[in-house]
Amino acid sequence: MSDHKPTKGKATELVETPMLDDAEPTRSQQVIREIMGGTAMISVLAVLLALLVGAILIALTDKTVQAASGYFFSRPGDTFTAIWNAASGAYTALFQGSIYNFKRPDFASGIRPLTETLTFATPLIAAGLGVAIAFRVGLFNIGGRGQMLVAAGAAGYVGFAWHLPFGIHVLVAVLVGMIAGAIWGGIVGLLKATTGAHEVIVTIMLNYVGFYLVGYLLRTPGLLQAPGSTNPKSAPMLDTAVFPDLFGPQYNLHWGFIVVIIATALMWYLINRSSMGFKFRAVGENPNAARVAGIHVKKVYVYAMLISGALVGLAGVAQVLGTVTTGFSSGIDAGVGFDAITVALLGRSKPIGVFFAGILFGALKAGGYSMQAAQGVPIDIVLVVQSLIVLFIAAPPLVRAIFRLPIPGVVKKRRTRVVPKVEVTK
Amino acid sequence: MSTVESTRSATARSPRVLERAAVRNWKPPIGFAAFAIIAVLIFVVGARGGVTTFLLSTDSDIIQLPAVFADVTIVTTVVIVLLFLAAAASAYLSFRARKTPLWIIAVFAALFLAAFLTWAASGATIPIPGLLVGTVGLSVPLIFGALGGVISERGGVVNVAIEGQLLAGAFASAIVASITQQPIAGLFAAVVAGVLVSFVLAAFAIKYVVEQVIVGVVLNVLVIGLTSFLFSKVLAPNAALLNSPPRFPRLPIPILGEIPIIGPVLFRQTVIVYIMYIAVAVVWFALFKTRWGLRLRSVGEHPQAADTVGINVNRTRFWNVSLAGAIAGFGGAYFTLGSVGAFNKEMTAGAGFIALAAVIFGRWDPIRATLAALLFGFASNLQNVLSIIGSPVPSEFMLMLPYLVTIFAVAGLVGQVRAPAADGKPYIKS
Repeated sequence: MSDHKPTKGKATELVETPMLDDAEPTRSQQVIREIMGGTAMISVLAVLLALLVGAILIALTDKTVQAASGYFFSRPGDTFTAIWNAASGAYTALFQGSIYNFKRPDFASGIRPLTETLTFATPLIAAGLGVAIAFRVGLFNIGGRGQMLVAAGAAGYVGFAWHLPFGIHVLVAVLVGMIAGAIWGGIVGLLKATTGAHEVIVTIMLNYVGFYLVGYLLRTPGLLQAPGSTNPKSAPMLDTAVFPDLFGPQYNLHWGFIVVIIATALMWYLINRSSMGFKFRAVGENPNAARVAGIHVKKVYVYAMLISGALVGLAGVAQVLGTVTTGFSSGIDAGVGFDAITVALLGRSKPIGVFFAGILFGALKAGGYSMQAAQGVPIDIVLVVQSLIVLFIAAPPLVRAIFRLPIPGVVKKRRTRVVPKVEVTK
Repeated sequence: MSTVESTRSATARSPRVLERAAVRNWKPPIGFAAFAIIAVLIFVVGARGGVTTFLLSTDSDIIQLPAVFADVTIVTTVVIVLLFLAAAASAYLSFRARKTPLWIIAVFAALFLAAFLTWAASGATIPIPGLLVGTVGLSVPLIFGALGGVISERGGVVNVAIEGQLLAGAFASAIVASITQQPIAGLFAAVVAGVLVSFVLAAFAIKYVVEQVIVGVVLNVLVIGLTSFLFSKVLAPNAALLNSPPRFPRLPIPILGEIPIIGPVLFRQTVIVYIMYIAVAVVWFALFKTRWGLRLRSVGEHPQAADTVGINVNRTRFWNVSLAGAIAGFGGAYFTLGSVGAFNKEMTAGAGFIALAAVIFGRWDPIRATLAALLFGFASNLQNVLSIIGSPVPSEFMLMLPYLVTIFAVAGLVGQVRAPAADGKPYIKS
């Protein structure tokens, strides 16, 4: 910021200053402006800001901090030390639980947290991709929970009740699960296309319908309930239906992560390179224009929700066949359906962005558990941080105002708005 | 419909029938027939004999009504015949291009329900006052949440954050009422908490023009996270000081409380329930009979027109979303001060989403939304009662009912559902 001209000391003033004659910004200034005010910077700052708020919460509720603040005016240093200890302790635990644990003797066990992160990230990425593709069409898929549960139920049933050879079994289970998710999502698209029912309401309602449906199936003998058991829980998956471990049995990471990488690549191709993706984006940008251009908008809604449901379903499948293979209950979705919305928003509905956003939130989840175990900070703090990240990202002007960042493209806009006016007066 | 009416009156006056717009709506008879067939399937195929006892009075009533004994076979047979008659009547009316009157639909639903209760509780006793008291109890937060939703959405801001507002209200009221040992103080705290959640919703939806559904969903997660975090970290270790709120006592109204059936249900309740009756009436009156309501609705239907006549659209929206939060937060206090007692993690358990369903099913009208909330409350309480006496219907399907009904409602199968025109659309003054 220091190399700016002195007249532009405050970034906010730029909006009011019309730049017509001498204020043509140099190339380097423009680049700095793009980096400082661009979306990537906003994302990073939003994460930092949310972590900061989380740290404040942790410090405020910490016992030592509360005790030290009792005699704040006699020894203020104690309070600050306690605050620092509480926050840094929590975030150190978060790091050690999510990326690398330096307390372990060798690399193989030290890196285990990172594989945990990727394990948690697997369903988040899959469901995030599903929500993201709906976003690109201009639809809100809030039904992740229902779609995951139904898919998990279907894949789980195939996983423990059918006997198929190794390899084929996994494939069939994954397919059946994804189809179940696609149906649950496709209902929404179909209702939207035929009756105009708002997808937000229908998805929210279908969440509960799916939850109670799977709950019923899980406690009814002969359906999903484990034989000989009275708990609402399914039988464990057969060995042939389980995703194999990626790096051996000492890590939880399974082949589901590879499936998710493939899904990300396919999504990227679908959205950016295929004609269907073009239609999706066209409808998302402006459904009326797309209709005029000859795109069958209603069909696009149905297809998008089918694909979205299938991808969210993949998250449920990954849970059942990869993470929790000892039989599942109706809590198998683990909140991923809602987290996926935040993942898609953080990733700005772009496949690559969703991929890394999923890994970030996977790290928060993995680290959250170790934070809870090591520092006694409840895992719910992760929910707070996550939702704050999304709130900050959804409102770039707020983050810009907090950090006094420049607004990218303001100079350009100002010029294009001024020029036609001049022509009119001529 | 008005065009049909006018053509009919025109044909009545002129001797020559030029053209008659026959608008035949076959949805009611088809719906009736479907339910009648379902009734046959349930009551005949799954036939159960025996006698069901309905208790109409509680022991504490001054006027004691005798219990009603209903023979399952007779009741179900009679009802099935009546259901088919109603379907036939509706079909005849539709054929004559006339509307099926609302009372037929109401009678149809009541008959179906009575037969279902008789059938499901065969051989057992159903206390009707208890069933209805439980219904009101479960409906109170739903009704407050729905009123908040109606006000917010009538003003053009989608309120998915009802769940968060309820939860914040429950949380704040538990803490404040526990510290002060005054339930009234808890009510005020609940209102403040609901308004705070609404402030965030309003700020992001109106000032930063963020998609309102996203803000609502994220706010719910934020409030769940915050309250759960603080609950585990602060409330649970100091439960005696911070999480043992006193509850409002029941205040029976002297004469009204002695009316059979209605008395125990409506007039032996806590203060919160009485305030709810007033709130429903006030919101309805204010929304449709006052200047405030006209302005609010105009802002939600056509903000540009409202702006043209000098209404500050965004300011109106901001304060009404805050008001909606206050009402919903108040309803949240019922969880801690009225029914359950102590605060618990995620204790609202989706009530906010049912309230949202009630808003839509009630077509954004406070009275209808209240009735919808009562219906949803009845469905979940019926499930409670039936699971105690051992019903043949799995409880999950009863619990699913409100959500399925809502899906049917938004899909246009139950009348036309139309949101306020500018609902969810931010207004940017150009």
